[in-house]
Amino acid sequence: MDAILELRGVSKHFPSHRAVNGVSLEVQRGAFFSLLGPSGCGKTTMLRLIAGFETPTTGEVWLNGARIDHLPPYRRNVNTVFQSYALFPHLTVRGNVEFGLRRKGADGIEAHVERVLEQVRLTGKELRMPCDLSGGERQRVALARSLVLAPDVLLLDEPAELKDLQRRVGVTFLFVTHDQEEALSLSDRIAVMNAGVVEQVGSPQEIYQRPRTRFVASFLGTINWIDGIGVRPESTRISRERPQNGVNTRLAVVTECAFLGSVVHVAARLEGGEALVAQIPPQGPAVSPGDAVHVWWNPGDALRFSP
Amino acid sequence: MKRGLALYATAVYVFLHVPLLILAVFSFNASRFTVWRGFTLYWYQAAAADRELVESAMNSLIIAVGSTVLATVIGTLGAYGLWKRGSNWLAGSLYLSLVTPEIVTGVSLLAFFQWVFRFLDLRLGMHTVILAHVAFSVAYVVVVVMARLRTFDPALEEAALDLGATEWVAFRKVTLPHLAPAVAAAAMLAFTISIDDYVITSLVAGVDSQTLPMAIYALARRGVNPMLNAVSTVVIVALGAIVLFSERLRSA
Amino acid sequence: MKPLRSLFLAPAAALMIVTIAVPLAIICFYSLLTRGAYGGVERPWTTENYRLLFDPLYGAIFLRSFWIAAVATALCLVLGFPLALFIARSGSRKNLYLSLVILPFWTSFLIRTYAWMFLLRDTGLINTGLQAAGLIHTPLPMLYNDGAVILGLVYGYLPFTVLPLYATLERLDKSLLEAAADLGSPPWNTLFRVMLPLCAPGIRAGAILVFVPCLGTYLTSDLLGGSKTILIGNLVQNQFTAARDWPFGAAASLTLMAVAMALLFAVRRQGEELL
Repeated sequence: MDAILELRGVSKHFPSHRAVNGVSLEVQRGAFFSLLGPSGCGKTTMLRLIAGFETPTTGEVWLNGARIDHLPPYRRNVNTVFQSYALFPHLTVRGNVEFGLRRKGADGIEAHVERVLEQVRLTGKELRMPCDLSGGERQRVALARSLVLAPDVLLLDEPAELKDLQRRVGVTFLFVTHDQEEALSLSDRIAVMNAGVVEQVGSPQEIYQRPRTRFVASFLGTINWIDGIGVRPESTRISRERPQNGVNTRLAVVTECAFLGSVVHVAARLEGGEALVAQIPPQGPAVSPGDAVHVWWNPGDALRFSP
Repeated sequence: MKRGLALYATAVYVFLHVPLLILAVFSFNASRFTVWRGFTLYWYQAAAADRELVESAMNSLIIAVGSTVLATVIGTLGAYGLWKRGSNWLAGSLYLSLVTPEIVTGVSLLAFFQWVFRFLDLRLGMHTVILAHVAFSVAYVVVVVMARLRTFDPALEEAALDLGATEWVAFRKVTLPHLAPAVAAAAMLAFTISIDDYVITSLVAGVDSQTLPMAIYALARRGVNPMLNAVSTVVIVALGAIVLFSERLRSA
Repeated sequence: MKPLRSLFLAPAAALMIVTIAVPLAIICFYSLLTRGAYGGVERPWTTENYRLLFDPLYGAIFLRSFWIAAVATALCLVLGFPLALFIARSGSRKNLYLSLVILPFWTSFLIRTYAWMFLLRDTGLINTGLQAAGLIHTPLPMLYNDGAVILGLVYGYLPFTVLPLYATLERLDKSLLEAAADLGSPPWNTLFRVMLPLCAPGIRAGAILVFVPCLGTYLTSDLLGGSKTILIGNLVQNQFTAARDWPFGAAASLTLMAVAMALLFAVRRQGEELL
């Protein structure tokens, strides 16, 4: 595996704020890489820096071994699927898909268009106008329009339904999203961003199970904070009797129970007043609001962060 | 209440339209006086045979076409440029040109031309009229095109760049098609403003560049003349058609 | 990428410099110079031209222009408001009724003025009609007075009040009027206490859109007012043509422009966007 896209200390400062602050990243060839973070964290600016709609204030962007950060968008072999899809309303599906090929003066445009429309299952809709398509079809036209140019990296601004497509076409995907579940389920690797910096890069499992910062831990899923230690709800156990190994135990009062079929959500309040949430199996101890219980966890499941 | 309002509205519409209607009706009157003496096309033939009127109408057309082309190109590019990166300075001077009283625009352009002629061997003529018309119609073009640009998604242009189009190609292939109806409407607006203008034109026109409004004005100063009614009717119908068409384009 | 963007702006910027900035600068200079022996301008520098504006003769022209513009504006508002209300309440035919207001506005201003000459003159349709009906024996002097000028201005600029008034009335929440009625307000009271205050932005915009061009009018006063009604516009035109006193004409036009700008600026500061 080699890096197809590399960011080296990239920053982007706007007059009013600093959108990206010294980010370094590597995206491997063929990966499905997600940039995950809350809105305003700088992830869309990152995408625009790579696409060429913005130039970095400092730092370098390398694509396929060449530095690209000062090239205009039309000289970079990356393509974007816009959040609004940005289909040209005055062109047909075919007109949209062949737009980039015509700019390149490519040969065999018709065959290329036909093949890519087949890939996204839009054969037969070549002459439709974008306004006559459903939302899902528009998204696939936007994808086809970019894919037909065989970009080194495909940049996606928050559309969904992609995983099989990426497997089929084998292109490197860089995906921007604020949806944790989407990022966890789709990606090979995830970079979690906050306030213009990358907090952690890793596989979905690493990011979820071994978050390096408090932000990452609380942004991906729920977490209970007990004495400065983080415990996921599914690692939080509840029992009526004092557990044997008793090291990491606290007393709590159940405040709420919700039976969800495969799992029971229990909300409880510690003696100190902190609220916490536990996910326990339905066959576990039956508790109801007002019950005094022991809350405990395996030391190995606890998440620790350097301050 | 509601009926009273409708009655009132009818009265205002009569006030707005009937004077022009009467003007048109009497262009077909066989008498030179304001008494109906039967239908004739004589005044139209007389107008068509009047060398001065025909010549001034030709001048007006040349000036209107020339200034419309220039104002539309400059105004469309300007609106697009302003939309891409604002320029308070340019927006301010366009606004200024829009709200300056006509007479002030006219005399300041006259003073400017006379000042330039101290250094260049030129005179007032068609070229000064065309430049003046471009000057006061370009702001209207910018306003109309800008209104259309506000409904344009900037991501469309970025998508074009992303797919390999240069900025110029993106403008031509993606932005301009979106703007086309507004550009056409703006051109028609510029055309009607140019063909209609008297105040500014009369100040910056030379001896060989009398326009139709100048000829109409000269005739009107001399008193009422059915030939003038005939010319007016032609102008009203032609401009009305252009305006209706451009309104349709703008709402498209 | 950046140089190309500037290229889009360059023609318009160049045009504005040549046709707005430089001419206005020249007018500024001329207004501070002395009239030349054969027309044109000469030194020395002086503020005499501005002082002359306060001369009773010219001061009266300014006052008269203000008065006529004010009356025409008031009439446009009073006549335009019910029409705007009618259009705003006419449901699906709104666009048709609006077009009927706009359409005559786009036909030649000169021809519309001529139409009133045709109707109002001594041997015009109204006088001939009244004489034929035996109601009058000598023609009524309807043309060449202030009344004819005001009529011409109202005819010319009525759409300028109807459009902004319509825009505010269209947005007016009807339930406010119903609430007023519910609270015991009779229709006239609702009109003055609820509807007009809520239409203030439209009234301001309409007033300014009519007043500014009326103040600078030239054609209407020239054709319908004859030699009796000299307004600022005619004064300026006359100084630059027949009288050949450019410095004084320049001072008068700058004063006219300053008043227009001040009014527009005052309205814009109230948050109205005219452009």
